[in-house]
Amino acid sequence: MEGMAGQKSGLVWAVNIAAFLLVLLWTIPTLGLLVSSFRDRDQILTSGWWQSFSAQQATGFVRTGTGDDAVQQDGAYVIEGNVLEEGQSLIAWGTRAREPGAFQPGETAEIGDGWQVTVAPDGSYRMTSPTPFEMRRGERIFVTTGAPARLTTENYARVLTAEGLGRAFMNTLTVTIPATVIPILIAAFAAYALAWMEFPGRAILTAAVVGLLVVPLQVALIPLLRLHNELGIGKGYLGIWLAHTGFGLPLAIYLLRNYMVGLPREVIESARVDGATEFQIFRKIILPLSFPALASFAIFQFLWVWNDLLVATVFLGNTREQLVMTGVLRELMGSKGGEWEILATSAFISIAVPLIVFFAMQKYLVRGLLAGSVKGG
Amino acid sequence: MELFWLAVSTIAIGVFGCVAWFWGSNLILDRIYPPRGPNAGDNIRKANQIRPWLFLGPAILFLGVYLVYPIFDSLWRSLHNARGTDFVGGGNYAWLLNDGKFRESMRNNLVWLLVVPALSTLFGLIAAQLTDRLKWGNIGKSLIFMPMAISFVGAGVIWKFIYEYRAPGENQIGLLNAIVQALGGEPQLWLTLIPWNNLFLMIVLVWIQTGFAMVILSAALRGIPEETIEAAILDGASPWQVFFKIKVPQIMGTIAVVWTTITIVVLKVFDIVFVMTNGQWGTQVLANLMYDWMFRGTPDYGRGSAIAIILMILVTPIMIWNIVNARREVR
Repeated sequence: MEGMAGQKSGLVWAVNIAAFLLVLLWTIPTLGLLVSSFRDRDQILTSGWWQSFSAQQATGFVRTGTGDDAVQQDGAYVIEGNVLEEGQSLIAWGTRAREPGAFQPGETAEIGDGWQVTVAPDGSYRMTSPTPFEMRRGERIFVTTGAPARLTTENYARVLTAEGLGRAFMNTLTVTIPATVIPILIAAFAAYALAWMEFPGRAILTAAVVGLLVVPLQVALIPLLRLHNELGIGKGYLGIWLAHTGFGLPLAIYLLRNYMVGLPREVIESARVDGATEFQIFRKIILPLSFPALASFAIFQFLWVWNDLLVATVFLGNTREQLVMTGVLRELMGSKGGEWEILATSAFISIAVPLIVFFAMQKYLVRGLLAGSVKGG
Repeated sequence: MELFWLAVSTIAIGVFGCVAWFWGSNLILDRIYPPRGPNAGDNIRKANQIRPWLFLGPAILFLGVYLVYPIFDSLWRSLHNARGTDFVGGGNYAWLLNDGKFRESMRNNLVWLLVVPALSTLFGLIAAQLTDRLKWGNIGKSLIFMPMAISFVGAGVIWKFIYEYRAPGENQIGLLNAIVQALGGEPQLWLTLIPWNNLFLMIVLVWIQTGFAMVILSAALRGIPEETIEAAILDGASPWQVFFKIKVPQIMGTIAVVWTTITIVVLKVFDIVFVMTNGQWGTQVLANLMYDWMFRGTPDYGRGSAIAIILMILVTPIMIWNIVNARREVR
């Protein structure tokens, strides 16, 4: 904020806090998923992920034994047992649903009819009565228990093997890499022609590329599916590679052309004067100089293909062996809707690679976005 | 492993094929019209007329087959019956107009079109302005930008977890219901809460798109000439006035670009609705409706294509606007 006239320190604080809140708001959803993917399955279902690191409190009830379990001791009838499961500790207990935490461990409660219950801190309870117990079901003891927070990587092991995510990971990789590399090559040549070669129809072709940028994918699904079937490509990797190449080309050509147009004219002209062929100019001058734009598009295309669900569903098929990660994730959402440890872990595995690429190559991504959008304004 | 080699060999064949085409066709061209000898000048001129088309060939082929041809094929199919055997004229479109689900989708898409670009642009603008001069601004920007890298399906899982519901009084594991319950409210099944569930789906897309808006707008804000801002401050303008009366008007063009770009994304929104509600509870949108007609039950390619054409018609104004802008820039 230095050097800004008229800025008050109060405003600086307000800006800092507001920015922090905004960043927090945008980060928390992903953070919640990440934390949850490392939690124990039972703990996910009983407490919010924001409580992951504190001891887990849970409220429930346990039924005592019935009259059959009672033994006579010192002229009274006694039922004994324990309300805790392994690893739990007792925080409070009660005998009525309205006040599940009315008593501290070690205290004694009167239930009526001369019945008394004591629950010790270690969870063992002792219910006594001067007369024989007459009840078919055990009395309810409400307990508030605490268990130590448990973080684990078991979810990851399980999801990668049992849920078929390992296989899907390979499938996604198989789809993504060719679908990223091939359009770059085709687009680079086309972009060079549009940027630096004189020929009739250049303006119209450039305009057409801009127009094709926004064509909804949906328009292409049915015709291409039928075309692929007629050509004998059917559903499979070849089909999806071709489809992604076609869909990615307009952006690739547009980005690369915009970048190449900005390269210094003198370099190219002098190379031409020196007798270099167009092919040599392209390979030795244009391609190396365009590296930033190539990287930008590569990241775009990589993220887009990796994250795509629609094209994969339509062109690749839906058997277990063919599913990409978004497909598996979608299937899990349907079949394991409540099993958040699986969903969270699967989701995180599927977004991990894009996130790594994103953070590692952010510079190029931003540059590409700016080249693709700001110029239009 | 088999898969791995398939992928590797495809890349190799693809790359090799491309290089062979570009290199080989050039070589042949130079053989036919050698750039030396008695007719060198004439040959170079002829070769230069052909060469651009060699460079453009594969791209034109792909664009033609994968984007241009489908538009016309879809149009043709939309005028035919389910299996493409009989001409039905405007029958599919007439049917659409009377279909309840289609009307619901159009209405929802319209609301999406109003809400998502507006909120994304607004939050993007706020985020850009707030983080621009902070010391930790770049880290903040990165984090707001991050959802951009997350798939719509992944985002669907993330947000479904936030909207998760437990009966009142129980420990809420969904963040939203936990907050509502902590404030003394009644937990809700947000995704079935008609009509507000649409809004809860839109929030997911706003969350993803805000980073995009922020990056573009932040660059535009930095491009504003310092003098205009300094002059306003000297004249006694408050920070608010500087922002709304000096900065925002100067980046209106960029705001329009951001707005239209997000509009295109919104029109095609599919995955979020598909995985979170699948169009139930009044949340259907065009892209998902089209998917239904294409793949669920007996496919009806006529109706599916008609919906696709409607989508195409909806993006056409933006397409024309983009082309006009791009051409103006070339001049």
